[in-house]
Amino acid sequence: MTWLAAALMVCGALFLFISCVGLLRFPDFYTRAHAVGKAETLGSMLVLVGLTLYNGIDLISVKILLILVIIFVTNPTATHALMRSAFRSGLPIWRAEENRRDDGLAG
Amino acid sequence: MNLFLLALTFFIALLFVASLYRIAAGPTVFDRAIGAGLIGTNAVLVLVLTGFLYHRIDMFVDLALAYGMLNFIGVVALAKYFEQPQERKS
Repeated sequence: MTWLAAALMVCGALFLFISCVGLLRFPDFYTRAHAVGKAETLGSMLVLVGLTLYNGIDLISVKILLILVIIFVTNPTATHALMRSAFRSGLPIWRAEENRRDDGLAG
Repeated sequence: MNLFLLALTFFIALLFVASLYRIAAGPTVFDRAIGAGLIGTNAVLVLVLTGFLYHRIDMFVDLALAYGMLNFIGVVALAKYFEQPQERKS
C-alpha cells in the first residue's frame, strides 16, 4: 500500500512539473490557462489520493478527500473564470502563422 | 517514507519559483493572476505534506481546507475585478 501511495505521489509530482513547464513556456495566456487548468488539477488529485492511501481509513482521510473534491471543482472553475474575463476584455489570441519566427515552439 | 515526503515537499516548493517568474514577468495581469492561483493550489499540497512531516495532520488538514476555498474566492474576485468589457461592433 505504501508503494502504491508513493507511485501515485510521484505521478502527481510529474503532472505538477508539467503544469509549471507549461506555465513558463507557452506563448499565450490562453495556452497557459490550458496547462494550469488541467494538468495542475490532475497532479493535485493524484498527490492527495496518494496521501489518503498512506494515511489509512479515518476522519483525516475523509478531510483530505474533501480537499480533493474542492480542488477538483474549484481549480477548473477559477481558470475558466479568468479565461472568460480575459476573452471579454479583448486579449488577443496567439496564432502560429504570425509568430513563426519569434520562438521555437511553432512550426 | 518520511524522507520521500520531505523530498516531495521540497519539489513542490521549487515549483513556486516558476509561478513567481510568471507573476514577475507576465505580459498581462491575467498571467499574473493565474500564476497566483497556481501558487495557491500548490500551497494546499505543501500544507498537507507539512502536516504529515510534523505528525500534526489533524491540525494542518483544516488549514489546507480553508486555504483551498479562500484561494478559489480570491482568483474569481481577481477575474471579476480586472475584466474590461469591450464595445460590441455590431
